[in-house]
Amino acid sequence: MSFMGVNWLKYSSPQAFYPLAGSLIPWCAAAAILLIGVGLYIGFFIAPTDFQQGEAYRIIFVHVPAAWMSMFLYVVMAAWAGLGLGLNARLSFMMAQAIAPTGAMFTFLALLTGAMWGKPTWGAWWVWDARLTSELILLFQYAGVMLLRTSIDDLRRADRASAVLALVGVVNVPIIYFSVRWWNTLHQGASVSMTAAPKMAATMLTAMLLMTVGFWMYSLAVTLARMRCVMVERESLLSWGKQASMQEVAEAR
Amino acid sequence: MSRPSMWETLRGIVRRDLLLAMRRRSDAAMSVFFLVIVASLFPLGVGPEPAVLRMIAPGVLWVAALLACLLSLGRVFTADYLDGVLEQMLLISQPLAVLVVGKVFAHWLISGLPVVLLSPLLGLQFGLGGESLGVLVLSLLLGTPTLSMIGAIGAALVLGVRGSGLLIALLVLPLYVPVLIFGAGAVTSSLAGIGGEANLSLLGACLALSLFFAPWATAAALRIALE
Repeated sequence: MSFMGVNWLKYSSPQAFYPLAGSLIPWCAAAAILLIGVGLYIGFFIAPTDFQQGEAYRIIFVHVPAAWMSMFLYVVMAAWAGLGLGLNARLSFMMAQAIAPTGAMFTFLALLTGAMWGKPTWGAWWVWDARLTSELILLFQYAGVMLLRTSIDDLRRADRASAVLALVGVVNVPIIYFSVRWWNTLHQGASVSMTAAPKMAATMLTAMLLMTVGFWMYSLAVTLARMRCVMVERESLLSWGKQASMQEVAEAR
Repeated sequence: MSRPSMWETLRGIVRRDLLLAMRRRSDAAMSVFFLVIVASLFPLGVGPEPAVLRMIAPGVLWVAALLACLLSLGRVFTADYLDGVLEQMLLISQPLAVLVVGKVFAHWLISGLPVVLLSPLLGLQFGLGGESLGVLVLSLLLGTPTLSMIGAIGAALVLGVRGSGLLIALLVLPLYVPVLIFGAGAVTSSLAGIGGEANLSLLGACLALSLFFAPWATAAALRIALE
């Protein structure tokens, strides 16, 4: 499988992927800092004040991208898990393992910022709104996948078992979302609507998109860094980055 | 010796599990007692107001039934896993999903069906009347097999894992959310006079979906646990 003159399958081996990840991390991290910085500046200082919600609405520049990432990362994690199960590829499982904590972090961030936004806007920290509830259950699912992995000692089994759970979860997420939405409309009318002003100002949209791409870059950087740790941990604590120095030690003996 | 057909295999597995359960009746009785006790705790905690009890009845009874199903999940595969029978069972000439369906069906007969049969009694305790009692039974009849089906995935995933009792709850409860919502929703809407048909249909859809997917996922999880 070569594309653009590069044999991409080469990078499915940890030894080849490790240095690639190492060289990608600084670029992703720099892009993340830049994009999130600019996005926050536009969102907090340039974007106009909302005439209904005042300044409190500005939290959405963190909240909405975080919520998007939380769902997107779950699907990506499940996709890597499925790929790992189908092709029996070690690296795919490691990828799924490395994504899970970042996804859970974004889910938590979305819930936290949602609560901070809900207090001044709705007058309550928590509302059993459909989106909030399904986001909470998404957090439970992330927790389940991570807990299952840590409680199984055999690495191969831990990989595959958590992969199956992630895939089952991905089937379940839309069902949960719709069930919660119908449940919510049954219990209370549309007293709470999360839909913001119908037309968003262009600067708001720019800030939100910048933040989203920034969060993407952050996720990439963190996932790759965690992946490198996972590799070192799994491959009998031998860091390829330190192989040279190990050789020196051996020669000195 | 001719190869047993799919139905013979299924029947054999169900009969074996039922026989084993009959030898240890206290196991089967436990989830029923659990349901009764949990459901009886709520009036003690909330107070004996009939109007309040009727309002919380669908949710309380459904959550109690769900927890009763959850607690009995450990029994689906664990005993066979510990004495090595499960490993032999993986060698059957039929698809592994057939074995899973057989074991889950037997499990439902042992711990799900008693819950369904007992529910009208508990409904009366909470002051539910004629039609909503029927809807409660019907919703549990459609919902508890789904709970067993989904739960079997979790049970297979945590086989032989330390702390599996708590872990299975954490894995399975988020997956139970839709069933709980539709099940309790059916009873609530029949209490409100709207009729529970819409939610019952959705419960049926959940059952069909889980019957289709869950045996397959459980079989994959069993293979992973036993390889």
